[in-house]
Amino acid sequence: MDHPVRDQSTIGVRSKTEQRRMTLRRIRQNREAYLMMLPFMLLFTVFTVIPVLMSLPVGLTDFDMATFPPKWVGLSNFYNLFLNDSIFIKSIRVTLVFAVFTGPISYILSFLLAWLINEMSRPLKVIFTLIFYAPSMASGVYAVWQLIFSGDSYGIANSALLNLGITNTAIQWLTDSRYILTVVIIVQLWVSMGAGFLAMRAGFQNIDPVLYEAGAVEGIRNRWQELIYITIPGMGPSLMFAAVMQIVSAFTADIVARNLVGFPSTDYAAHTIMTHAFDYGWVRYEMGYASAICMILFLAMFGANRLINRLLGKYMD
Amino acid sequence: MSNVNPDKLKASNRRAGRKHGGTVLIFLFLLILGIFMVLPIWLMFVNSVKPVNEMFIFPPKWYTLNPTLDHFKDTYRVLGQMWVPFSRYVWNSILVTVSVTVLQCVFASMAAFCLAKVDFPGNKIINAVIVLALLYNSNVIYLMQYMVMAKLHMINHMSALILPAAASTMGLYLMRQSMSTVPDAMIEAAKVDGAGLFTICWRIVIPNQKPALMTMAIFAFQGAWNITGGTFVYDESLKTLPTVIQQAAAAGISRQGVTMAAAVILFVPPVLFFILAQSQVMETMAHSGIKE
Repeated sequence: MDHPVRDQSTIGVRSKTEQRRMTLRRIRQNREAYLMMLPFMLLFTVFTVIPVLMSLPVGLTDFDMATFPPKWVGLSNFYNLFLNDSIFIKSIRVTLVFAVFTGPISYILSFLLAWLINEMSRPLKVIFTLIFYAPSMASGVYAVWQLIFSGDSYGIANSALLNLGITNTAIQWLTDSRYILTVVIIVQLWVSMGAGFLAMRAGFQNIDPVLYEAGAVEGIRNRWQELIYITIPGMGPSLMFAAVMQIVSAFTADIVARNLVGFPSTDYAAHTIMTHAFDYGWVRYEMGYASAICMILFLAMFGANRLINRLLGKYMD
Repeated sequence: MSNVNPDKLKASNRRAGRKHGGTVLIFLFLLILGIFMVLPIWLMFVNSVKPVNEMFIFPPKWYTLNPTLDHFKDTYRVLGQMWVPFSRYVWNSILVTVSVTVLQCVFASMAAFCLAKVDFPGNKIINAVIVLALLYNSNVIYLMQYMVMAKLHMINHMSALILPAAASTMGLYLMRQSMSTVPDAMIEAAKVDGAGLFTICWRIVIPNQKPALMTMAIFAFQGAWNITGGTFVYDESLKTLPTVIQQAAAAGISRQGVTMAAAVILFVPPVLFFILAQSQVMETMAHSGIKE
């Protein structure tokens, strides 16, 4: 009896049913893992995934939160944004300026500070980490910055400049469109040693000192080499986390500006894409349009994330 | 770290160029930057105890010689006039903060361990979804969350404040990233010894992840402490401290002083927790060792 000749190309390739059986077996083997993930995934699905999925189509509708169902308008929100909304175009520019100035600067600064603090003695570590992280915990502190940049001569910045004779009139920091963006960027930098910074601190702490000792034995000469060959590879994942957090905070910055220079800011000088979304969502109740704005922002952040992923790629797992 | 020879480490430090001159410069740099960070916070504290008649003098002062607790008393007085006793808000805040912090640390640690170290079908997809969820930021989500909660009859219930915050994507991602540096050899060795995933996670991996765990706890505490009822709860008896303190700050007589006092009250608990958690990290790092 002849043996059926198997086609050469299917050797080593599992059939669909075979594959499915394999997967099922692996699922059964990993039962414990699924059980351990269950509590988190349940809450995550209910309170994040489902709302996100529900929100996706809203950008394609005209939705005022009162009329149900929302009116389907296709891509016209996007069309209007790019062709008829000059403030949106301006907000793109503001967001980019903002992201370019606050993103990389605070990322690098976070890393530098986390590294320098790591070299300190124990009590100093806690104190300096606290000093740099404290602004992120002071949620109600915009009032202080309003005091500092107050437009009259009682403002701290103005009174200092007047006293030193640098200016002879009080500068309208928060309403003069020439200064608004700078002031907002300064305050944003002030609060930017946040999640990323703390994660980097944890990353540094997680590196075993034994590695440094081994490195020294194997001929590492100075701190830079130590940083490049031991520290950074050891904390690559933390760097990735910090990058994602940095992207999010740089692109979605809006609360600092709205609290500090008011809404809308003079000449829309601090009007970011997120502020625009706030405007249409919670002031005008045009949720469809606001949602389309957020969608564009998401795509921009996704792109930035891909870019940074590639840059940091060699340190990823 | 019983296996680090202090003399050797010192020698390696010397070889690695840790000299005193550089340290002083670095310290100065940190000090100047630190002052920029601290000044506004210092100002917040000063203005919260500054008497009203000192608030509007020129030039504004960075200190006060006659500190007063008037603004705090004002805040408390306004809070005392609310329908619900003040202690109720404090209790609500403690309940929300403690449950969110504990639940998040437990749930996210377990999930992060599986996502980082267990190769199960679906792992890659879930990891990708987590990052996407972090990046996705839409102001409609809030609305959709409300609709989901309404379906689950959670509106105007404590769980509306606790459960959504307990599954923080940020905390999970932080832990996952940190745990991915744990050597596989360590887990394999434990498996050979017959330990299940649950045991490996809690007995071996998490004790080695104190820095990330404490960082996540800090984020969780801070986030939970700042949770305001929003539209998810409307009963006065369910509201949290930040909600009413912000209301009180808007109603005070000398607005500025009361605003600052409110900011100070909300600022202190996260800072205390931060110090507690950070000093935990330092302690544990002194005697844990991960080796390949």
